[in-house]
Amino acid sequence: MVSLKTDIGSISLEKPGIVASGIMDETGPSMVRMIESGAGAVVTKSVGLEPNAGHANPCFTEVTGGYVNAMGLPNPGIELFREEMEVAVPKGRIVGSIYGAGPDDFSRLAGRMEDYGACAVELNLSCPHAKGYGMEVGTDPAMVKAIVSAVKSAVSIPVWAKLTPNTHILGDIGMAVQDAGGDAVVAINTLKAMVICPEIGKPLLSNKFGGLSGAAVKPVGVRAVYDLRTVLDIPIIGVGGIENWRDAAEYIMAGACAFQVGSAIGTVGTDVFARINEGLSAFMEEYGYSSIADMTGVAHD
Amino acid sequence: MTDVVTIKEVVQECYDTKTFRFDWDADARPGQFIMVWIPGTDEIPMSISGIDGMEKSITVKAIGEATRRLHEFKAGDRLRIRGPYGNGYDLSRGELLIIGGGVGTASIMPAVTASGADTIIAARTHNDVILDGVAAEHARNLWIATDDGSRGFHGNAVQLMRGKVAERHYDCVIACGPEVMLWFTYQACKELGIDCQLSLERYMKCGAGVCGCCVMDDSRVCRDGPVFDMEKLAKLTEFGKSNRDACGRTVKFR
Repeated sequence: MVSLKTDIGSISLEKPGIVASGIMDETGPSMVRMIESGAGAVVTKSVGLEPNAGHANPCFTEVTGGYVNAMGLPNPGIELFREEMEVAVPKGRIVGSIYGAGPDDFSRLAGRMEDYGACAVELNLSCPHAKGYGMEVGTDPAMVKAIVSAVKSAVSIPVWAKLTPNTHILGDIGMAVQDAGGDAVVAINTLKAMVICPEIGKPLLSNKFGGLSGAAVKPVGVRAVYDLRTVLDIPIIGVGGIENWRDAAEYIMAGACAFQVGSAIGTVGTDVFARINEGLSAFMEEYGYSSIADMTGVAHD
Repeated sequence: MTDVVTIKEVVQECYDTKTFRFDWDADARPGQFIMVWIPGTDEIPMSISGIDGMEKSITVKAIGEATRRLHEFKAGDRLRIRGPYGNGYDLSRGELLIIGGGVGTASIMPAVTASGADTIIAARTHNDVILDGVAAEHARNLWIATDDGSRGFHGNAVQLMRGKVAERHYDCVIACGPEVMLWFTYQACKELGIDCQLSLERYMKCGAGVCGCCVMDDSRVCRDGPVFDMEKLAKLTEFGKSNRDACGRTVKFR
């Protein structure tokens, strides 16, 4: 009998698909909707210390193979986010995504997310379009180590670090997370990108550049997970361009024990998790994999 | 998807509202919207106010920086648009009564031209009535309501609707306008036992069901709406009570 159950360190999920940060996770009821539509867990929108309106429009567009966005981390701030967590936490596993400028910000935010009942925190060390945050702090291994260490001392729930592909030292950053006691890495966030409208002669996004997500980034994500698996012992959660069970299987075979889906909630629909779960079960049945753990990393020699 | 279109014609509808017509080779249903980029200012959701084969239009009231800038656009100027987005109105629900309030009239106009159903256009004064010429051509009956009584029925859209429902049989009310008007339309329809389809508005960024900025309860206004029927409206606890600002903070109406 095939089981989709998976373990990410000390956390057990009934299903391996997780809603990626930033999509259908701004309100409590929308997170509940995703749990009910087949997600094993939901990562919240990235929340900071203060309310933030994000970047002005335009901050999103469709492109071939996905989306380019520069939302700029809009969120109501950690204080008000309590209300959303109160609705979502009783209904399923909620991972609190947080962003900050340094170890102190991250520690304070992580503590609040733990108070709110998050089963883990995901550190946003990878957003490519927020000045002073995200990728700007997440591409320095020393800073990553300092942040993860500080958060580990501040909370007792697992600490995940979401990594950027916009670096040539991904392995070093993954090692920094592991050395600091991080419980898992999440790879990847969006690829730094730009869209120019020829007829207008200007970049489309108000922030000029943003992040590419969707099917186009999947091979980059699979490669990143594969590389990280060769250097890390801690669990890896794969994310980037997953739209169907085949995409999910690629990430698992590259070394991920779970995966996240973001853009496909838009391109495929909110039933994307149910479809992936069904397809993955059928595949595992046919090819003799009895569990996600059986399939994890099989693409390595 | 995304396209650059050239404005063919600009029509002054009233002192603060203009219609922009352009050719756009996209299938659009009544009630859907597009995201319109006004370079240098903003990108905003706009209802499609006309669908005539290849020709589409938007009808824009100058109320903010972006819409005032858009009002400076002339025939020959280009717009980058994306869409069409949203679910649109279902015109197959029996005898329809269609109501447009203020600039919300833009959203219902393709439903009027496609169905020819009875139509109410409501506005503050006779100077604010828009698209009545188009409606008069297509609607079986067209009634105008103004708050100050300067044209047509003296009163609001919901008062006039109650009068018409008392006179004739309707199965479903389609409406777009200020949320307070829609809230009272919903209450009236519940009381009268008539189905309704109301087009709601919320702060939007992506338009495509991804970013979550326009979420009401568990529904995305851009993707699961903007049109919600009686059954779905009953589940929206924020409808008529509050919306969310750009940060996602709840802002109560009253």
